[in-house]
Amino acid sequence: METIVFSLLNGVIYGLLLFMLSSGLTLIFSMMGVLNFAHASFYMLGAYFAYSIMGVTNFWIALILAPVLVGLVGAAVEKWGLRNVHAHGHVAELLFTFGLAYLIDEMVKIVWGRSSVDYRVPEVLDFPLFELFGAEYPAYRVFILMVSVGMLVALWFILNRTRAGLIIRAALTHPHMVGHLGHNVPRIFMLVFGAGCALAGLAGVIGGNYLVTDPAMAVQMGPIVFVVVVVGGLGSLTGAFLAAMLLGLMQTFAVGVDASFADLFGWLGLTATSELGGITIASLAPMIPFLMLVLILMIRPRGLMGDREL
Amino acid sequence: MKLVKSAALAAAMAFAAGGASAETVKIAFIDPLSGPFGPSGTAGLHQWEHAVSEVNADGGMNGATLEMVPFDNKVSPKESLVQLQKAIDRGIRFIAQGNGSSVASAIIGAVNKHNKRNPGDEVLFMNYAAVDPAFTNDRCSFWHFRFDSHVDMKMAAATDWISEREDIKNVYVIGQDYSFGKAVAKAAVTQLAEKRPDIEIVGNELHPLGRVKDFTPYIQKIISSDADAVITGNWGADMVLLVKAAMDSGLEAPILTYYGGSLGAATAMGKAAVGQVLQVSEFVENYPTTDAQIARIEDYEKTYPEYDYYYHRAYNAVNFLDMAAEKAGSNDPVDIAFAMEGMTYDGPYGKVTMRAKDHQVLQDLFVSTFSADVERDVEDTGLGWTASDADRIAAGATAQPTTCQMDRPER
Repeated sequence: METIVFSLLNGVIYGLLLFMLSSGLTLIFSMMGVLNFAHASFYMLGAYFAYSIMGVTNFWIALILAPVLVGLVGAAVEKWGLRNVHAHGHVAELLFTFGLAYLIDEMVKIVWGRSSVDYRVPEVLDFPLFELFGAEYPAYRVFILMVSVGMLVALWFILNRTRAGLIIRAALTHPHMVGHLGHNVPRIFMLVFGAGCALAGLAGVIGGNYLVTDPAMAVQMGPIVFVVVVVGGLGSLTGAFLAAMLLGLMQTFAVGVDASFADLFGWLGLTATSELGGITIASLAPMIPFLMLVLILMIRPRGLMGDREL
Repeated sequence: MKLVKSAALAAAMAFAAGGASAETVKIAFIDPLSGPFGPSGTAGLHQWEHAVSEVNADGGMNGATLEMVPFDNKVSPKESLVQLQKAIDRGIRFIAQGNGSSVASAIIGAVNKHNKRNPGDEVLFMNYAAVDPAFTNDRCSFWHFRFDSHVDMKMAAATDWISEREDIKNVYVIGQDYSFGKAVAKAAVTQLAEKRPDIEIVGNELHPLGRVKDFTPYIQKIISSDADAVITGNWGADMVLLVKAAMDSGLEAPILTYYGGSLGAATAMGKAAVGQVLQVSEFVENYPTTDAQIARIEDYEKTYPEYDYYYHRAYNAVNFLDMAAEKAGSNDPVDIAFAMEGMTYDGPYGKVTMRAKDHQVLQDLFVSTFSADVERDVEDTGLGWTASDADRIAAGATAQPTTCQMDRPER
């Protein structure tokens, strides 16, 4: 029972964090066809910006300012970098974002050093909120939950209830048609790229002190974010949301489960002392995202909710 | 005043040595200097540099200046071999490494091979922290000297502590998923079964090395298992994040650690961990010691204000190297290796012996406690590590039998 409740809570938080990261990537990917390899780097930038801003002011200013800054960096990258490369096709774009990811990585190492920085949870939120089955639950996690849900609602509202959202949704499914209707597609692209990066930045701000802020965080997050986008399906934010939650829950549940292959397949004659039987479910947790990726590409190549083939 | 004088003297001597004799003996320091274990490696490097500077100030190793040359191996055995080759190609014949038994294992193999193929050009491996028992048992090598007590020796201290406490019935073991973490788990299970057969191991978990960013699910598993004590061999970021999650989730069971002193752990633990986190080590900052040792600690923390004095074994290693070179009257690794066997040294925390049979150091160990009542704190937290005489285990009592069949070169 305890395991289930805690895994549920932690899984939902991790899932929401993943969604915040991947929603921007889905928007960019489905709209511009750009597989932004540097997306997780913007997540990292968000965490580092917040750390530096927090050093001179406080966490609340960082929470607002850091994503805006990351968004501006993203918009600038689109305007002066990606737009020129766009003319040369997808391979050039791919290589561009690939190079950009390394560039940001190295820049972060030069500016903030190679080891992790001491980016801490603000003291106002650093207390146990409630106690459950003998374990305390930190308030900051609930704060993450609230920020993520707030972002989710805001994103839903903008996309479904505003004119800008209408155009973006149209551009998601029929990018060419939107252009033909006379909208300034390059500007929409720039805004979407900027907004997507800002979302990644926000995930960095609240995820950086929940997890760790170090130069490896982009590399570790990057592949998982791609899995979310592919599993969720191209052009579908709902799909990305489902995939992110599914991944978050599966990964935390796997750690929480205290069973090995021998327990599961004991009826096949597998014993705990054999090589295969000794493998625990918990040790499989890091593998789950990629197992999902492979399976979904085999069974349903357009993803859970996607309407376009990859 | 004394400190200033000795520092000035050190500077003068270093200058004089540099001017007078052109000979430098280089020690390759192959450890992680970036990534999740970067802070551990960098802290180790500074400690070695400081230890080496003391020898240099004192006239050097048979007159030669010692110099540390850092190589970043990112805790990867494969990368370490590349760095080792780089070091050997640069003519370096002394290797220092500690973080990661997986790395040490690769280096031992490579050094054995190199020394076999290149007689007259041998290299010596000084291991200051990789504690897989195998290195001084089945896999012992003449070219490897270990300056840290290995897993079984430290575990004996931890299990003694547990077996004295009747109220501990359930023990949870958590560690990193590689040779070292497995060795810790094995030692805990076998030793507890011998000393306290009534204790139940309620969890024996291995997690991926350096990849877990949030230990909360593991901690909640520990809490729901009703563990009365937790044993962990975690180090570096894995130690810091484990205790961070433990404190956040309000874990109350005592945590017996090998490396609770890992850089950053004290900050993550804070006041909540006082009296709860214990560490088995050869050095305790607040244990009464000699004035010279206190001056050394102060000098180190003044030279590297970002770091706390932690790797005392680096000084033991450098001292042994210096003494062995003097005894042998040579700076050649083969002569030094023979001279180092069975050597003893009276350190500020008791007598240190290099057992000839398996090249395992024997030194006093302490089970120290994280405390708020300390003279010297760590990481400016106002908290630090203390131990009393009752927490001290004599070197002889920590010794474990060895299966080592040492293959010595001919002289």
